[in-house]
Parts: sequence; structure tokens; C-alpha cells
Amino acid sequence: MDLFWLIPFLPLIGFLINGIGIKWVPKQLAGLIACSVVGIAFAIAVGAFLELRSLPVADRSVTHVMFPWIMAGQFNVNVAFLWDQLSSVMVMIVTGVGFLIHVYSLGYMKNDPGFKRYFAYLNLFTFAMLLLVMGDNFLLLFVGWEGVGLCSYLLIGFWYQKDSATDAGKKAFIVNRIGDFGVLLGMFLVYWNTGSLTFVEVFERAPAVFIAGAALPTAITLLFFLGATGKSAQLPLYVWLPDAMEGPTPVSALIHAATMVTAGVYLFARASGLFAMAPDAMMVVAIVGALTAFMAATIGLVQNDIKRVLAYSTVSQLGYMFLAVGSGAYIAAIFHLMTHAFFKALLFLGSGSVIEACHHEQDMRKMGGLRKKMPITSTTFMIGSLALAGVPIFAGFFSKDEILYNTFTSGTLGAIGPVLWVIGALAALMTAFYITRAVAMTFYGEPKDKEIHDHAHESPSVMTVPLMILAVASTVGGFLGIPIFMKYNVMHNWLGPLIGGGGHGAHGGDHGAVTEHGTTHLAAGPSDHGGGHAEHNVTLEVILMGISVAIALFGIVWAWQNYVKHPKRAEAMGARFPGLYKLLDGKWFVDEFYNAVIVVPIVGFSKFLWTVVDSEFVDGLVNGTGKLMRGIGSALRPVQSGLTPNYATAILVGAIVIMGYVVLGGAR
Amino acid sequence: MPVPVEYFQILAGILFAIGVMGVLFRRNLLIIFMSVELMLNAANISLVAFSRSLNNIDGQVIVFFVLAVAAAEVAVGLAIIIDLFRKEGTVDVNRVRLLRG
Repeated sequence: MDLFWLIPFLPLIGFLINGIGIKWVPKQLAGLIACSVVGIAFAIAVGAFLELRSLPVADRSVTHVMFPWIMAGQFNVNVAFLWDQLSSVMVMIVTGVGFLIHVYSLGYMKNDPGFKRYFAYLNLFTFAMLLLVMGDNFLLLFVGWEGVGLCSYLLIGFWYQKDSATDAGKKAFIVNRIGDFGVLLGMFLVYWNTGSLTFVEVFERAPAVFIAGAALPTAITLLFFLGATGKSAQLPLYVWLPDAMEGPTPVSALIHAATMVTAGVYLFARASGLFAMAPDAMMVVAIVGALTAFMAATIGLVQNDIKRVLAYSTVSQLGYMFLAVGSGAYIAAIFHLMTHAFFKALLFLGSGSVIEACHHEQDMRKMGGLRKKMPITSTTFMIGSLALAGVPIFAGFFSKDEILYNTFTSGTLGAIGPVLWVIGALAALMTAFYITRAVAMTFYGEPKDKEIHDHAHESPSVMTVPLMILAVASTVGGFLGIPIFMKYNVMHNWLGPLIGGGGHGAHGGDHGAVTEHGTTHLAAGPSDHGGGHAEHNVTLEVILMGISVAIALFGIVWAWQNYVKHPKRAEAMGARFPGLYKLLDGKWFVDEFYNAVIVVPIVGFSKFLWTVVDSEFVDGLVNGTGKLMRGIGSALRPVQSGLTPNYATAILVGAIVIMGYVVLGGAR
Repeated sequence: MPVPVEYFQILAGILFAIGVMGVLFRRNLLIIFMSVELMLNAANISLVAFSRSLNNIDGQVIVFFVLAVAAAEVAVGLAIIIDLFRKEGTVDVNRVRLLRG
């Protein structure tokens, strides 16, 4: 565990070698370096995790101070890493899933001319993401937050020859800036009121500084949530994520499904003590999460691009995580974050395998019948689909179910809990439907494009092995969080002491002695965790579980009937509700709405500034000054006649005037 | 009975005015130059006259300076005029307008 601070620097080293040596490092070596640094980081993470587990619960929080970063009067920030229950889980997800995706990329990007650049970016991203989840203060988290945003931009626009890719990158960056501004303001408010940015100190002082339910914690929470809506693609800032699919598919899996987009959820789990003091804000978070889950799922129903289906699915699943956060069920959110990382990375990588096999065709209407051609890809993809749909024993079932149960019974949501549960359940129905539809259109049915079908082939093992590992994780990962009433819930036992199951998040922490290694042991002080869901209504949970299973199976069967058994029916359904179909196909016209309300006025205003303010006013001012000077000059030009007598006359007149002044007036 | 100092001043004034007129209205640079000398010497007469009537030697000392400077000025000025004539072929100030804006 003494080495855990090495974890973020390993990918940084990989980035530096591949980035600086992009001209000299041989291609094979570049791939090897990029994969192995992340692999080693994962190994260290697992080792440090096991060591952390062997410590008593109270000692499971270790800070390693690298060096003091900013020291300005009262304002002190260290570059320090925190290793506790939450960051260890996040680091293992990031490095573990990241490692598999790195390996997969070796195959996927094999023939790309930007191979080394790609791996350099990927390592840089991993570094930034690890800073985000390991930083022990808000500022370091923000550095990581911005860093992953930058890498996201670089990787979305990785194929920069394509206009659509660079546009999508810019869109992602700009939309994220809106959210980042919220995080920044939130941080200012936190520092202003608590005088610190270190997590432990902030949460220690928070109960004394903030009044629960007052405007200040609510404002901070909502500002952080604004950041989360940008980074984690929630309403109203989710629009960049579907466009981000322009990037290479493994990037979509790593950044836009498994890790970066979950940064907002991590932020909420990390600062749960702060957020628990703002019940109103939590209500907003839950409502936004539920609506996002619902709306994105509806759009996912009609998409024909396989990656876009998954993109909207990601937005929708992130909505579930925020629904959980808003209900105060932070552990359920982290649990779903983890299972989602497994099965959505699996689905994206599977879709990448399909796209590669179909020669970069992403339209599902041209696929079909690929099951026999690509047995491994199709099997693993279907396992991922079952996990996403929420079929029992697969990972997504447990986590989604826990979220829905917590929504229904949440103390903070009160009466609207069941309403949000209904929305969430409807979204679950659509989730089952659209992912079954995707499976059916891709792997079942008749081949729609004979040429594509004939050339399709199974991917090499460097790509299929990560798929298989993720498929196993998507299957068994859910057992880490079997329903609470079965007593043995690994996630809750692990994260519970830090985060707490429900609303009462005022967990304290005392500074321990600083050892010689600059490592501070933080005692996680007595925390009244688990208060929100102390008494479990087992009957209710079983009933709700039964309903969600029924919903998932119904969605799957329904889609199966429409797309596999009777393919004509699906078209008829679209034709029967033309208005609805158009609305969904147009993605609720949110992009068009933003375009009309924000982009067009901004462009118009910019044009006004350019043509009127700049060209007319500013340029007029500058040119006017010049013109004025020229005018004065030409008016005075005749004075300089070049005729000596004129000058002499002027001298004489001047002399007379001065003399007259001296004689008549000046003498006095 | 000495000549009253006013007479010298009137003479100096007349000479100075002639010099000014010469500078302003003549076109030949040489004549202008001579007129300038006339103005200088008008001032010299005035200084010397005051010096004598006031019994103060300072005025006469200044005149020596003026004479020395005027001699130097003549040397430089004539050189310029000769050079100008070589370059422009004329010493008519109305035809030499090199400084026209």
C-alpha cells in the first residue's frame, strides 16, 4: 500500500514515453508500454486494496502527500492522494476496465496511422481519471476533471480529418465547459465557507458551518450537479455524448461509458456528507436523473446506429445513477457505476468488434444474421445485453434493482419516490426493448447487406479475450451487491463505513499522526451511516424485484416478437404513430432547440459584434483617429510653404508679439 | 557736448527696420544675408551707445561677442549659399522651396 501513490504516475510515464517518443518508439513497443503501465497500475491497485481490507475499518483511509502544491497565506493545497474504500473501488474499475480496453485497442487500432498518438492519449486519459478519483482535495479532483475533459476532446476528434469528428469534439468540450463552471463556483463556495478544499477537512467542518437544508449547501450541491450534468451527460447538457460516438469505439467504451462519464457520480459519492445537507437539491438530482433515464431510453428505441443506441443507453443508465444519488443511495449508485462499467464497456467493445467486421458500417439496418459469423462477439454482446436489460443473475439486475428499491422507499424523496420509481421502471422496460432490438437487428434475422455479411469475420483473440473477461465480470459482478436483505452485501459492507447507506452522511474523520513517509492515517470517525435504510421492508423489495424482472422479460419478449419473429411489425409500429416516431427519431429535437435558442442567437450576436461593433465602431474609432490627423495635417500643410520670407515674417510677428507682451503687459 | 543717446537709438532703429525690410522683401539670398548683418550691427550700435552713456563696459563686451558670432555666421552662411547655388542654379528664395510641406 506504500506504493499506491504510484498508480496515477504509471500511465503518465506511458504517456510521456509514447507522446515524446512518438517519432522513435517502435509501434509494437508503444502498444506494449501503454498496456503494461495500466496493467501494472491495476496490479498495484489490487494489492493496495487487499492491504486496505486487512486494516481495521477505522483505519481504512490513507493519505499520501506528494508535495505541497499551493501555499498562499491561509490557502494550502497539497498534491496528495487518498486511498480509502471509495477511491480504491474507483481505481480498480478505472485501471481494470481500462486495461482490458487498452488491450482490445491493440487489435482495434492495429492498422490506424495514429496508433501511437492514440495510445499516448489513452494513457493521458487514464492518468487524469486517476487524479480525479484519487485526489484528496477538490482542486486536484478538478485538475483530473479538466484533464479527462481534454482527453475526451482529443479522442473524440481523434480522426481529425473528419469534420463531423472535430465538430463532435468541440461540442463535447464546450458543453462540458458549462458544467465545469458550476464545479468551479461550487469549489469557491466550499472554500469560502469552510476554509479548506481537502475532503477530510471540508466534511469535518461542514456540519458546523452549514445549516442542513439552508440555501448555501443547496447552492453548492446544485452547482456541483451542474458540473455533473455536463461531465456525466444528464439533462440538459447530455447532448454531447451521442455525438462523442465519432471517436474510436474503444474510446467510447473507456471514456464515454465506463469511466469519465461516471465522474459526476463519484463526485456525489465522495461529497455525500455535503450533499446530505441539501435535501431540496437531492430532489432535483433525483428528478433530473429519472427524466434523463426515461428520455434517453425513448430516443434509444429508434436509433439505427449501433453506437448511438449504446450512447443513449449510457445516458439513460447514468440517469439511474443520479436517481440513486438523489435518493441518498450512494452505494447503490457506485454499485451501478461498477456493473455498468463492466457491461457497457462489454457492449461497446462488442459493437466495435461488429463494426470492424462490417468494415466500419455502423448502421444496424445493414447488418443482421451475424450470429453465426461472430460467435464469441455475439455471445458476449448478448450477455452484456442481458445485464443491461436487468435479467436476474446478470450484474445489471442487482444494481438497477437496488436503485429502484431505494427510489421507492427513499426518505428524502418522500411522496415523489414512487412516481420516480414508475418513471425508472418504464425506462427499464424501454431499456430491455431497445437492447433486444439492437441484438436482433445485428445478430439475428436475415443478412440485409449480402456483401457486408459475406466479408464479416470474427475478431482476433486480442479483441475477443477482453470481451470474454468483461462478459464474466458482467455476469458475476452483480453478486458483489446482492440484495440487502440477504445480509451479505460486499459493496455495502465495504463502502458503508465511508459513505453511509442513506441520508445521514455526516461522517467525520480525525487526522492521525503523520508518519515519516509523509503518510497520514486518517481515522474514519464514528459515522451514523446506514440510517436511511435501517429497517428493510423485505416483502416490498421482493415485490419490486419481481415487478422489475417481469418488466425486463416483457421488454425482451416484446422486442423479440417485433424484430426477430415478425420483422414487418416493427415497421408497422413506426408507421402507426408517425408523430411519436418522428419525435423520437429527431431525438426530441433537443439539438434543434439548443441550436435555435442558444447557438443561433450567439452566432447572431457574434455577427453583430463583428460587423457592427468591431467593423463599424472599433475600426471606425481607429480609422477616425487616423483621418482626423490627416485632416489636421492637410489643413496645416500650407503653413509649411518652403518660402523663406514667410518664415521670416512669422519670426518677426512672433518677436513683435513677445516684445509687445513684455513691454505692455509682462513688465507688471 | 556729447551726442545724446536717443540719436544713436533712432539710428539703430532705422538701420534695424531697413534690415527687416530687406530680409522680408528681397528675393536674392545674398541681399537677405547682408540685411541680417545690418540688423546685427544695428543692435551693436544700440549696445555700444548705451554702454557709453551708462559708463558700463558690459555692452561693449557683448558687441565683441556679436561680431565674433557674426563672422562665424557669415562663413557658414556663405558656404550654404554657394552650395545652394551649385545645386539649384539660383539664389532666389521664391524659387528654392525644398522645405515645402
